[in-house]
Amino acid sequence: MTAAPEPTPTIVRPTSSEQIAPYTPLALVVLLICVGYLAIGIPSSWLTLTLSGLAMGMMYFIMATGLTLVFGLMDVINFGHGAFISLGAFVGVTVLLELGVFSESPTLWLNIAAVLLSIAAAMAVCSIAGWGFERLVVRPVYGSHLNQILVTMGGLIIAEQLIIVFWGPEEIYFTRPEMLKGSADLFGATIEKFRLLVVSLGLGMFAMMRWILRQTKIGLIVRAGVEDREMVMALGYRLRLVFIGVFIAGSALAGFGGAIWGMYQEVITAHMGNQAMVLVFIVVIIGGLGSVEGCFLGALMVGLMQNYVGFLAPKFALLSNIGLMVAILIWRPMGMIPVVKAK
Amino acid sequence: MSSEPILELVGVSTDIGQYHILRGVDLNVPANTVTMLLGRNGAGKTTTLRSIMGHWRCHEGRIFFDGVDITKMPTAEIARAGIGYVPEHMGIFSDLTVEENMRLAAIQGPIDSARLDWIFGVFPALKTFWRSAAGTLSGGQKQMLSIARAMIEERKLYLIDEPTKGLAPAIVTTMARALNDLKRQGAAILLVEQNFAVAQALGDYSDVMDDGRIVWSGAMSRLSENAELQQKLMGLSLAGS
Repeated sequence: MTAAPEPTPTIVRPTSSEQIAPYTPLALVVLLICVGYLAIGIPSSWLTLTLSGLAMGMMYFIMATGLTLVFGLMDVINFGHGAFISLGAFVGVTVLLELGVFSESPTLWLNIAAVLLSIAAAMAVCSIAGWGFERLVVRPVYGSHLNQILVTMGGLIIAEQLIIVFWGPEEIYFTRPEMLKGSADLFGATIEKFRLLVVSLGLGMFAMMRWILRQTKIGLIVRAGVEDREMVMALGYRLRLVFIGVFIAGSALAGFGGAIWGMYQEVITAHMGNQAMVLVFIVVIIGGLGSVEGCFLGALMVGLMQNYVGFLAPKFALLSNIGLMVAILIWRPMGMIPVVKAK
Repeated sequence: MSSEPILELVGVSTDIGQYHILRGVDLNVPANTVTMLLGRNGAGKTTTLRSIMGHWRCHEGRIFFDGVDITKMPTAEIARAGIGYVPEHMGIFSDLTVEENMRLAAIQGPIDSARLDWIFGVFPALKTFWRSAAGTLSGGQKQMLSIARAMIEERKLYLIDEPTKGLAPAIVTTMARALNDLKRQGAAILLVEQNFAVAQALGDYSDVMDDGRIVWSGAMSRLSENAELQQKLMGLSLAGS
């Protein structure tokens, strides 16, 4: 072969539109907040709705993030995800009621400790349940979406019935810890104290997930696995173990979401997870299947949209989110932050 | 062949769906050599590499690597046994940066800086684009990354599927230099290549496939010197090349 001149690559400065493109989904959230301001008109109401919408979004994010990772990495459509939301709510509330000394105390940090311990218990139980669910229900149907839908739906029904067996068929009413009841004034807006806690927990969870996915080796494996599972295995990683780990983590996050969703509602039922799944699926689809950042922004948009429209025209709250999903999919058919999949 | 084979396929047959792709492939790759796997499109070259890696399971025959039967081993175990694989589609993780792609490929721990310096010497473009998303690289740069990723840790055997496909001559030269470096370090390479000029330059041995079987096996020099044989085996006409 004859020698050829060595190529001298250079980094071309991206055009302004290329620089802006990654921030478009974030800009949409800001745009939605601005549109909300114009539509509502009353600054204090708008601020109240915005802050509570962001808190709702955080809850949706925590409930949905496990589902998006499970789909992205494992290509599994898990309709049973709602069962872990319900289970998390029941375990979380049961522990919260058991920790009456903590939750009824007038001390804020004892109340928060009660909430955190309840969440930890919900996550632990859902992790174990998730491991069993993956082993018994999901593993036999890897690779077949239709079978996954049928089997995980069946799993959801069984899980709901098991919750009824253990906790009874009645709705369980309870009250939040003392210091997390009521509202606080924030820049003229009234916001429930519990929602402030939820916003903190949601932001903390998002930051932790981003750190894990961006900075750790296991995060790299998960991100690469979402894109091309075969190649990750060819590099020497036992992806089966990662699959199980992600499914367990996804179930634990659903349990986390269920626990705070239950505490927020102050009433829990065996079917609450299933009912939340409509919005959870909308969040995951809007965000882009497999994308945690997309899921986060999608959840904020759904939470805000639901609050704004719920205030302006309550009957159209759910319809508005379906409309939002359709609009996003027309703009970006793979969701706001699409994950590249190997062909 | 002179040295002991590091890879040995004995009667390997692989089906994909209802199609019989490999029909009893017998192949030896001697240690510390470059063995070219040649043949027409659809002859079964890529399927052979994928069968070795366990992506597609052979239903008949045995695959031995370094004396160990890897026929039924999971893909990850095969890779950890010491096989680096560069697929035809390159397998680059587009959403990850060049650095992250390389970090991921270093399965034994952090990247060895001396080895990284050597890779930067071979593929300077990767240093330039170290923090760029791999999806933004050009086709040639992606191919460099896919080979560099396999090179980031020492392997006993490299399976490389058409690394020069669609690349400019300058980049082909760079690729050839990288593969020669690997060979000098004592690795064996099984290389699928359509570019016969590259095959001639790099190969010690060649195996020619047709219709899912090895139809000719021997020293590359014997094939290079015999235009009639090339024409018969692969429909190549190298007159004037």
